[in-house]
Amino acid sequence: MAAVRDNVFPTRMNLTITKTRLKGAETGHSLLKRKSEALTTRFRVIVRKIEDAKLKMGKIMQNASFSLAEVAYITGDISYQVRESAKHATFRVTAKQENVSGVLLPAFERDSATGGSQFELTGLGRGGQQIQKARAVYTRAVEMLVELASLQTAFVVLDEVIKITNRRVNAIEYVIIPRIENTISHINSELDEQDREEFYRLKKIQGKKKDRAKAAAAAQKETDDAPVDDGRHVRDILSEQVDEDIIF
Amino acid sequence: MAQATHKGRTLIAAIGDEDTITGLLLAGIGDIDAHQRPNFLVADSKTTQATIEEKFTSFTQRTDIAIILINQHIAEDIRGILDEYSAAFPTVLEIPSKDHPYDPSKDSVLKRVQLLLGD
Repeated sequence: MAAVRDNVFPTRMNLTITKTRLKGAETGHSLLKRKSEALTTRFRVIVRKIEDAKLKMGKIMQNASFSLAEVAYITGDISYQVRESAKHATFRVTAKQENVSGVLLPAFERDSATGGSQFELTGLGRGGQQIQKARAVYTRAVEMLVELASLQTAFVVLDEVIKITNRRVNAIEYVIIPRIENTISHINSELDEQDREEFYRLKKIQGKKKDRAKAAAAAQKETDDAPVDDGRHVRDILSEQVDEDIIF
Repeated sequence: MAQATHKGRTLIAAIGDEDTITGLLLAGIGDIDAHQRPNFLVADSKTTQATIEEKFTSFTQRTDIAIILINQHIAEDIRGILDEYSAAFPTVLEIPSKDHPYDPSKDSVLKRVQLLLGD
């Protein structure tokens, strides 16, 4: 795991590029982390709301059933009549969207435009009032159910998005950033190695130069010391050193 | 992903016992589409589990349904399908019925909610 790194050529330019990538990854990581936190905050609010609403729903549906029982008591069984006359939904919903840090959360709303009345004549002979009352109670109940459903949809969508975001955050934190760091240290060590090689080479060359200079000096001394004649010997400077021809 | 698929979903479908469905229809959710398919199913003791499953699956595949309401005691019968169902649209909502009081511990969404709150 520790040796995982990008396959790049260890040059200074690649080092700069990789360092920029590391910076980018770190910025991305912090941004994603913040997004995930914002979503989680929202998620917790929704979760709490769902819990409340679900428990409230039990009570409301109980009330609604009771009002229907009243209808049954006064009017008799209207279920067939109701079922047969259901042709077009008057209670419809529309979905609108809400933006939470880039995530579109759908929310249902009762579509008021189609709120016509059905069953107005149901129970005309007997118990019409109870039926209208039951209708009102059930309409309220369904409105609440719609609200709950949109909460639940938001819950499902958010849950998924949070999971994806967290996966990305973790991928960057535990895979991408270590890999880039490994690459950087690899490039650095390679560059250091090259530096050391270069230094050694230079030292070696210098040593060679020094040796040569010493040898030359020794040879010079020898030629200087050898002809000790009478002191009147004139050095022939011109023939002593043979210059190379200078070619321009 | 889900953003594109929720347009045009305006209906509320329901699977439940007679009283629940009657009440919901009174509120005006009932609809019969061009193919004479109703968006509700009355499930009583004679309705087989296969019928409910088949109806539920067909509701989830329709593109005009936004919410599916299902009685909790019926949801219990097809719990396997419900737990597997995880799409955002249509939303499945378990509701209590007259004879079966609401039991929050059985609701598959609430189970997840409590799992998340618990930690």
